[in-house]
Amino acid sequence: MSGLRIRKGKALSQHPAIELIGIDKSFGAVHANKNINLSVAKGTIHGIIGENGAGKSTLMSILYGFYQADRGEIRVDGQSVAIKDSQAAIGHGIGMVHQHFMLVENFSVLENIMLGAEGGQLLAKGRSGARAELKRLEDEYGLEVDPDAIIEDLPVGTQQRVEILKALYRGADILILDEPTGVLTPAEADHLFKVLKVLRDQGKTVILITHKLREIMAITDDVSVMRRGEMVATRKTAETTVEELAELMVGRRVLLRVEKGEPKVGKVLLSVRNLTVKDSRGVVMVDDVSFDVREGEIVGIAGVAGNGQSELLEAIAGIRKPASGEIQLDGKPIADADPARLRELGLAHIPEDRHHMGLVLKFEEYENAVLGYHRDKRYGSGALLDLNAIRADAAEKIEKYDIRPPNPRLKTANFSGGNQQKIVVAREIERDPKALIIGQPTRGVDIGAIEFIHRRIVEMRDAGKAILLVSVELDEIRSLSDRILVMFAGKVVGEKGADASEQTLGLMMAGIAA
Amino acid sequence: MSTASVPLPNWITYGLMPLLNLIVAFLISGLVVWWIGENPIEALKLLIEGSLGRGDAIGFTLFYTTSFIFTGLSVAVAFHAGLFNIGSEGQAYVGGLGAALVALSLDQYVPWYVTMPFAVIGAAVFGAAWAFIPAWLQAKRGSHIVITTIMFNFIGAALMVYLLVHVLIVPGKMAPETRTFLPGGQLPKLDWLMALFGLKLGPAPFNVSFLIALVMCFLVWVLIWRSKLGYEMRTLGISPSAAVYAGIPYARTVIIAMLISGGLAGMMALNPVMGSSARLQVEFVGGAGFVGIAVSLMGRSHPLGIIFAALLFGILYQGGADLSFEMPNITREMIVVIQGLVILFAGALEYMFRPTMVHIYQRFKRA
Repeated sequence: MSGLRIRKGKALSQHPAIELIGIDKSFGAVHANKNINLSVAKGTIHGIIGENGAGKSTLMSILYGFYQADRGEIRVDGQSVAIKDSQAAIGHGIGMVHQHFMLVENFSVLENIMLGAEGGQLLAKGRSGARAELKRLEDEYGLEVDPDAIIEDLPVGTQQRVEILKALYRGADILILDEPTGVLTPAEADHLFKVLKVLRDQGKTVILITHKLREIMAITDDVSVMRRGEMVATRKTAETTVEELAELMVGRRVLLRVEKGEPKVGKVLLSVRNLTVKDSRGVVMVDDVSFDVREGEIVGIAGVAGNGQSELLEAIAGIRKPASGEIQLDGKPIADADPARLRELGLAHIPEDRHHMGLVLKFEEYENAVLGYHRDKRYGSGALLDLNAIRADAAEKIEKYDIRPPNPRLKTANFSGGNQQKIVVAREIERDPKALIIGQPTRGVDIGAIEFIHRRIVEMRDAGKAILLVSVELDEIRSLSDRILVMFAGKVVGEKGADASEQTLGLMMAGIAA
Repeated sequence: MSTASVPLPNWITYGLMPLLNLIVAFLISGLVVWWIGENPIEALKLLIEGSLGRGDAIGFTLFYTTSFIFTGLSVAVAFHAGLFNIGSEGQAYVGGLGAALVALSLDQYVPWYVTMPFAVIGAAVFGAAWAFIPAWLQAKRGSHIVITTIMFNFIGAALMVYLLVHVLIVPGKMAPETRTFLPGGQLPKLDWLMALFGLKLGPAPFNVSFLIALVMCFLVWVLIWRSKLGYEMRTLGISPSAAVYAGIPYARTVIIAMLISGGLAGMMALNPVMGSSARLQVEFVGGAGFVGIAVSLMGRSHPLGIIFAALLFGILYQGGADLSFEMPNITREMIVVIQGLVILFAGALEYMFRPTMVHIYQRFKRA
């Protein structure tokens, strides 16, 4: 056991827990971190905030040993250290909780926590030791979890707790959390914040990476803002405001709310009746759902990720065959139509996951600009593609949507998240569809692009399109939607107007009140 | 891990790195040659002379190259659709049946240039047919294409032996082979092409199917990068989920890709069957289908790369045969070892030098 907790002796030094001095890192032409200086005081929660692509993740990856800095120095507790890999990081007491959990789904909690630190060839001894240690950590930090539960049976919030325990078990004094609340319900997020505060009060240091300003204000002691690879400011959280931080992140004033007028609603365009959808294992994911979306309105579906919204979108988009129920587009039944046919009928789809669905990342930009529409006569009359027409079309969209860099021949993977999303949005909106279904339109998208995409969606609404919006960002649902449906455990548990409070929706999302 | 995302210019990725891999493969081969007591420099000289030194040597090299282009294209087309077709060997074998049947039925009546298009079609159709069942099983039943195609290699081999021994054999003869095709069923040699370069072809069976192979390279390029079908195949190959999103039909695309792949493999038979031995024999494919996998890997599944890779393997085949003749210590098996090293370094370890390359490149760029 003790061999595992390789820690420097805890002298009561007044050195900062972490000091980064002049960290510099480039990937090819991309200068991800420019001469970064950062000092994180012991026993504090330090927020690092910035848009996607600002360099937060790179910086933390350098601290955790995934990447090596080209230049610069890392000091842990005042001592200059070289962190070659994550083993070294753990050795220096640095633990990381990733955005996507690194857990073996069909192992128990205990097995996951021991993984990589089994303490010998035979498991029995390590297991009993780990069990005792886990108990101690639970008592000390209030991190309750059943050590024998299987990971895949646990709610996401609990899985995250396991990740935190994993880091603590390995003797972490400094915890890095990368966008920890992305997958949590508001209640689970609150619980996480409580845990983080306990950890801080017990003397641990927490570094919280996020792009959510609200979280920064709620929980951190200090906050550092990154923009385009540079550390632009560090503030005491108590002495700053949301507006100031937003402006620092983007480098200009930002409109945080979407401006839109009253909806001019017409006839029903998209109609869903008694729709039931099962996943590949036969589990009912969408359970007898009915609703309408009319011309000129945005209907938002709020819900914690995994409550059937994704399957609902996929069923409407023709990607997943419904088990039963009806879907109509402008009076035509479409439950059996495939995605190609749906596009012809005027249903556009901005998918939740642009990396796996909306885009082929290895394609050049112009190839993605026609994905799904490549059989259209405009892009070649016979069996061959008219590359000139496609590239001209792509160039036009690049200009109209300000996609950067403006190069249709660039590989799509080399665009930033926001620009990738703009490629998808441009492709789907510019076809002038009747109805548009949208999943997570701004996930992993920087603030400037969020504003732009939101404005496009509202323009579509004002042009009389029927829009169905699914998002796990409650703020986004509330600011865009004209009506809000809340999904919980596959059912629509209620409908609210756009003025519904966050608390009301939050409770409904947790399945507590209707 | 950290260098994988760094883009390198094409001349490094497609020029310098393959060359470096090849040099390392030859260096290690040289060590092996030296270890068994021969002079590596001398061996390399013999290898090059034996494959490129004389007109007939070049002819043999290009003859092998032709076969490898066909099978390399076959593997590449399937690969673009995300399918690993290990069955080119069997598809080429059965393709030979198609070519032979056309040749046997037309050679008495028409000249070769009339027979040729039918033979191309016959070979392609038979090869495609042999790929169809694994393709259908993959598309509709989810049986893994690697398993089914490799099993179909064995079934194909057994089928062909049966047909040659019991059905196609010339009555009264002992050899399991068809009758010799008349000139109307043979593909003529390319003496004139060699003569353009002042070379004599001699006995080498370098023939018209080389030109067919080059045409197929162009057609495959058009298919993959210029056609809607190719676009759908590539989408499916890189991202099956994006293909679903885009409404690209999985089963249809898989089956068509495999039919094309099998057809290209089948055409390989034209070269040995109609261009060289002028009859259908057992085991005429001789491993070219498997070499196609290496050729496609090394040529990055691009027709141009495949031509170069096929040429390299043609050189290794022909030069290797000559080398083992001149240096008895270097047996046929030694040549296979050398070929294996080339496959290992150029195919499996193609990214071995990439991180180093990235570091050097970045240092140069900064300086």
